[in-house]
Amino acid sequence: MFARKLLVVTLAVAALGVAIGLYVADWATSFPKEVSATPAPASSAGASLTLETVAAAGKQVSPQHPDWVSYLVRTGGRWVRSTDFTVPAHSVVHVTIYQFDSPTGLRNPFLSQVQGTIGSTATIDGKTVNAINPEEASHTFAVPELGIFVPLPGVPEEAKHPCEEGPCELGLDHRTISFSFRTGAKGRYHWQCFVPCGAGFYFGNGGPMQTLGYMDGFINVV
Amino acid sequence: MSSSPSAAQPARPGEEPNHSRRFGLTWLIATLIATPLVVVLLGPSLPPGNGSEQASGQVTDNTVLLAMATPVLLLVVIYLIYAIIFFRQPKGAALEGPAIRGDARLQTTWIVITSALVLSLAGYGSVRLLADNGAGSGSGPSPLTVPSGPKLPVQVIAQQWAFTYRYPTYGGVETPHLVLPVNQMVELHVTSLDVVHSFWAYQLGVKADANPQVDNIAFVKPTRLQTFEVRCSELCGIWHGEMFDHGRVVTPLAFKAWISEQQTKYAAATKVLPPYSRTYQPEPTRRGG
Repeated sequence: MFARKLLVVTLAVAALGVAIGLYVADWATSFPKEVSATPAPASSAGASLTLETVAAAGKQVSPQHPDWVSYLVRTGGRWVRSTDFTVPAHSVVHVTIYQFDSPTGLRNPFLSQVQGTIGSTATIDGKTVNAINPEEASHTFAVPELGIFVPLPGVPEEAKHPCEEGPCELGLDHRTISFSFRTGAKGRYHWQCFVPCGAGFYFGNGGPMQTLGYMDGFINVV
Repeated sequence: MSSSPSAAQPARPGEEPNHSRRFGLTWLIATLIATPLVVVLLGPSLPPGNGSEQASGQVTDNTVLLAMATPVLLLVVIYLIYAIIFFRQPKGAALEGPAIRGDARLQTTWIVITSALVLSLAGYGSVRLLADNGAGSGSGPSPLTVPSGPKLPVQVIAQQWAFTYRYPTYGGVETPHLVLPVNQMVELHVTSLDVVHSFWAYQLGVKADANPQVDNIAFVKPTRLQTFEVRCSELCGIWHGEMFDHGRVVTPLAFKAWISEQQTKYAAATKVLPPYSRTYQPEPTRRGG
């Protein structure tokens, strides 16, 4: 009787262990695919990354969390949800971000200054700036280890044609932010948004702020 | 069950050596030899090194702890070896030793010695914390003791997932880099803008929790030019492991030049910073649930 009980318990524990292992393995390998920067036009050497930030990722690119705020990246002529970017070492990376979300504001206004880009500036809707009003920030594109901090201003609340769900078409209200930065040696650096933009989470810092593939990821310099 | 009766017979009291004296003497000699060796040979290489007065103090404290732990360790190890050699059960024997019930002298000795050890360490630790103004640890918003003389205030601001540093005596400039002048007492004001973090400058011997709405003060006096690591030591979210940086200790002249450069470089950000405050309640929080 005891041997039978022991066998049942052992099998149950083993089954539970396998189930937990499979769940963890699935979670660990469900990372969005890596996207390589495209070569920049001949007029400007280096590589290009084209991104957009959307208030809700949408079912098309984020079936699990369609209402989560997210970055999307343009690759192969379409928008995909990935935050793992590959860029060449010792080169200039040109980044263009179409920003469709409304303002939230920075917790630390210090990050309203553009840092670490070429010229320490960014171009916002065609205008070159070195800082924005911290209360107008919707998101940031920041690579702390490389000293890059770029605040992204939000689309005004009163916008007439806001994008409800990603991927967003450029015909809808948005801000266009572009900047360039130089990469150094090979490495893997994390990047993130510094605006607590996870709506519905404690202080906005949960959900998409704590999950790879939404508001943070990696820059792989290769 | 066929052990030979002679092997199982306990030795008669008259034949038994005085184990207490023999063991005690062995332990005493080992302690007298090992403790000075441990202090002299291991002490200087104990963490966190000698990057600041506080770090050096911690090396001393660790050495004292090690010196006090050495006799205890030897007591346990030597007794274990002694027991294996001299109290070994003869082959084939299956006898239990005589039961010992109640030994007031042994119990009293044990309680007195362990209490004395623990209380002396508690006393030593308390004295060291007070004498060394917190010994590099966060002492809360109102430290019990404050070092005399001029101090450079530096605010450490933690947020998910980076540290920034504000220098209130230099126009409240904020910078992503921590640079300190050598041989200058620094008053670190550690706070957080969101969740609980912990500021850990290992080589300087500084560790202070960064709590939202709390000004946690730690004092440190770097004593040599160096680069030191800064890490968050409180699990604070997905990028906790990336929340690290390097700080520098430079000459006073180099510090002046550096801070002046930071004031120019971050002039645009400084304009929009809130007035320097011991804590901040950032707005807006409307995106959070």
